[in-house]
Order: sequence, then structure tokens, then C-alpha cells
Amino acid sequence: MSPSNPTGLLRSELRTLFRRLRTLAMLAVLAGVPVLLAVAVKAFSAPNGPQEGPPFLFQVTSNGLFVAFTALTVTLPLFLPLAVGVVAGDSLAGEANQGTLRYLLVVPTGRTRLLIVKYASVLIFCLAAAFTVALVGMAIGAVLFPLGRVTLLSGDTIGSGTALVRALLVAGYVGLSFAGLGAIGVFVSTITDVPIAAMATTVTLAIVSEILDAIPQLHAIHPWLLSHHWFAFGDLLREPMYTANVGRGLLLQLGYLAVFGTLAWARFTTRDILS
Amino acid sequence: MTDAVVTRGLTKRFRGGQLAVADLDLNVPEGSVFGFLGPNGSGKTTTIRMLLGLATPSAGQVQLFGEAMPRGYASALPRVGALIEGPACYPFLSGEGNLRRFDMADRTADPKTRGARIDTALERVGLLAARRKRYRAYSLGMRQRLGLAAALLQPRDLLVLDEPTNGLDPQGTREIRSLVRSVAEEGSTVFLSSHLLAEVEQVCTHAAVLSRGRLVATGTVESLRAAAAGHLVVRTPDIAKAVETLRRLGVADVSGNGDRVTAAADSVPPEAACAALVADGVRVRALAVERPSLEEAFVALTGEGFDVTE
Repeated sequence: MSPSNPTGLLRSELRTLFRRLRTLAMLAVLAGVPVLLAVAVKAFSAPNGPQEGPPFLFQVTSNGLFVAFTALTVTLPLFLPLAVGVVAGDSLAGEANQGTLRYLLVVPTGRTRLLIVKYASVLIFCLAAAFTVALVGMAIGAVLFPLGRVTLLSGDTIGSGTALVRALLVAGYVGLSFAGLGAIGVFVSTITDVPIAAMATTVTLAIVSEILDAIPQLHAIHPWLLSHHWFAFGDLLREPMYTANVGRGLLLQLGYLAVFGTLAWARFTTRDILS
Repeated sequence: MTDAVVTRGLTKRFRGGQLAVADLDLNVPEGSVFGFLGPNGSGKTTTIRMLLGLATPSAGQVQLFGEAMPRGYASALPRVGALIEGPACYPFLSGEGNLRRFDMADRTADPKTRGARIDTALERVGLLAARRKRYRAYSLGMRQRLGLAAALLQPRDLLVLDEPTNGLDPQGTREIRSLVRSVAEEGSTVFLSSHLLAEVEQVCTHAAVLSRGRLVATGTVESLRAAAAGHLVVRTPDIAKAVETLRRLGVADVSGNGDRVTAAADSVPPEAACAALVADGVRVRALAVERPSLEEAFVALTGEGFDVTE
């Protein structure tokens, strides 16, 4: 029989994922971070106060766009990996735990196809999460602070149109920075039928990577760590854009995707589904 | 007659070394209602998982409509609807939402007819009124029905039902039975696993009996029943005299109890036994040949009761 409906599974997967209360709650929490930041800065900022806090925070009062960058910086170490870990860890283990995995497979969906669709939906969630933080940040920034020409980290100024493009690039990079963690999560999700275990393992691995990255003595392994280039998005806010680290970051994510994607495929296409 | 399902030497040994299914040879003829009978834990569900490509056999082969499983899943499984080890759905989706989810996952399903097919399936299992309710709020019986509706989203050549009446009340059980009959009348093959002999006896044309992972009998339900001898049952107030007469005729296994004498049915024609009893002055109130139930046949075949084995 010819496939009459090749994208149905992905659409169904996204619909199931994004209609789920848990997914919406996680996105709402992520959206709350830039709102909290912007309101706090607006309410309590002293014009010439000390410049403390996360990077970009002190630029917020001069340009609202920086709410988005500050919020991404704040959510990168924990909230974003947590959200990605939950969705990726749950991807197959959740179906197995619920028993729906066996029904999806006898439909039949095909194991390789199901795995690809699961990973694609995880990646789309990563992007959705990053764009939620960025877009809500830009929106609240535009409401509470002046927009206009943006002074970049390099000292140059660019027009607000160009700045908007930069902001979208930054969000896209942050989203794709989780491609590797998503692949790890999906792989872990193929080896257990307990979703919470898969989620916890995935989030733990992300945090271990961040801890190792913070120990200078281990600099030899730093370039290979999952989280090493997560903060490279700041390079996109220079004039001209400095893309070397961003490129390395994306390549590294691709490497993690290749390794863990293959492991997940090898495991998922051969295992007995007994749940 | 071709076979919808054929297995040869099908064996599954789990990693722990436990032998779940051993050397199973099955032939499920197309158009039959095939009862797959065995106590809980006898390997029925494991066999079904291998039929459907969910588990890989340790040895032996499975063919589904001539396709070797699990390799031929893509052409064989669209012809199969299944209910495996109870229903399973997304608790946060409605009944209708769950059916849409499974139908969208099916590459061969036509999106244009989806709505109509979902309605038909829901109506067929009597869930039309509860279509918008979340699955989480469904009762066990409603869940079972929704699982059946998912299996019936498309016309199927084979319906695999693993313990479909588990958790249903007598009314629900009757409805499932009539559903199975109507599906069979449309020409589909039904593979019905059950630990309830009566269920298999009422709807099935063929049956296989599984015990501790091994096949102990297979054939038409009639032939299985015939494997156990029938009983000659006489009701009379003159027990002693009747026993004496029947023994004199050479009938085996004669025993009397209350106003009832039972004996093996096959050694003497019942009309001859009746004439002899009357001639000896036995007041016969009733005389009948009782065919054995499948349960008696099962006990005769396996020499064991229908208890749970571990």
C-alpha cells in the first residue's frame, strides 16, 4: 500500500505533545522568567546602580530586546535542560509505560519511523522552548523599555530591524543547542519503561556536563562537553558576528545526535516490546 | 482454505532463561473464529506479541498472511486489528482524540474518511455518547470498548483479541460476543485468546489449547469436544436395579448417585440401553446422552485442571 498520509504521525505527535497540560505548564514557566526579570528591573532599577547580576541585565533599561537575552542566560543552566529532559525522557518510555507503544507499533508505525518522529518532535519542542523565552522576553521588553538602535557587545550599534533578526538567530541557536541532549533523552527513553527514570537521567547528564565544564582542571575535555558551547550565543551579538564557537557548538550537537541517535535506533529496533 | 496465521516451532525464551512458549505449531484458517485457550501465564500473550512483531522469537517462524514476521510487518499489520493485554490509551485525550491519534499514526489510513470511520467505530462499541470524555474518566468496561474501537477503525482481515472480556460485566461480555460474531460474519478471521472455556465454546469454530507454553490440542471445537467421551445419564428412582442392568449390558464406568445413574455413552446405543432398562422394570424418568463440555475435553486432554501455573 502506498503511503497516503506520510506526515500524519508527526502532526499527531505534535498535537499530542503540545495539547498536554504538562507541556503547556513547562512553557508557561519558561515564559514567566522574562516577565519576572523585566518587571523586577523596571520596578527596582536604580539609574546608576552597581552592575551586578546575569550578563545583559544592565543593558535591559537601555533596550528592551535585552530582556530576551538575559532570560535565555538565566534559563539555560537549569530550566531549559529540565524541560527538554522531561519531553525527551518521556518520549518512548512514557508510551511504553502507558501501554500505547504496543498499539502504535501494531498500527503499524514502523519502529524507525516512530523513533525519527519522536526525535523530530523533541527537537521542535527544544526550539519552541527557546523561542518562548525569547519572544516573550522581546514582547515584555518592548512594553516596558525603550527599543530602537541596539548597542552590541562589540560596541557597535545596529538598527532595531537587524537586532530583531539577531535575536531570532540567538533563539534558534539556543534551541538547536539542545539537539544533543534531546538525542540522549530519546536514547535513555528506549532503555527503560519508567518515564521518570529516563527524565531524571537525562537532566542529570546535562547538569553533570555543566559541572565538569566549570572545573578548570578538566579543560582537556571541555570542548567535548554537551553544554560547553551553550552560551556561545553571545557571539551572535557582535558586529560582525563571530561564528566560530557557534559553528563548533552546532557541530558538537550534531555529533551527539549521530552517536545517541544510532544507539537509540540500534536499541529500539531490536528490543522486545513487553510493556 | 489458506491460513491467516501459521507458526512453526515458535519458541520464546526470555533473558532470565524462562521458557514462555515452546515449539508451537499453529494454523489459523482464514475466516475462522479461533480460540486460543490456556490458563493465565501459559504463554498466550507472549505468542500474540510474536505474531504481531512486538517480540522476536528465540526460534521458529511466524507467518501473518504469508508474510514472515517481524520483517513483513509493513504489509501484514495494516490488515490486522488488535487488542493486546488490555486496552491502553492516552489518559489526557478524549475517547475520540485517542482514536484520532492512532488513525493518524497509520500511513494507510485515509484522512478524508477519518471522521466517519471514528464515528462508526465508536457507534459499534456503544461509546458515541462518551466520545468527548477524557479516557482518564472512563470505566474499565469503557476502556475495553475503546480499545476494540481502535482495532475496528478500518476493515480488518484479522482481529486479534487478547482476553477481550476481562473486567467486563455480563452485559458487556454478551456485547463483545455479538461483536465478535458480527466481525466474523463480515468474513474476518478472529483470533481470540481467553482463559474462559465457556467463552471460546460459545463463539469459536476452532481452538488451540496451550499449557505451560506448549500446545496440547488443536482443531475444530467439535473435534476437541469429541475427544472426550460423552455420558449416558439415566434418571430413575430404581438406582440399584438400573446399575445392575447397565453392567450386565457391558456398559463401562457405571455409577449411581441420588436419582441419577451415569455411564460411558459409547459402548451401547442409548435406545438399546433404554429398552433393556424398561424390560427389567426400571422406572425411567429421563434418559439422555450428554456431550462433554470443552472443559471436560480440556481435562481429558491435559490431565490437569484449569489452574494458574507460574
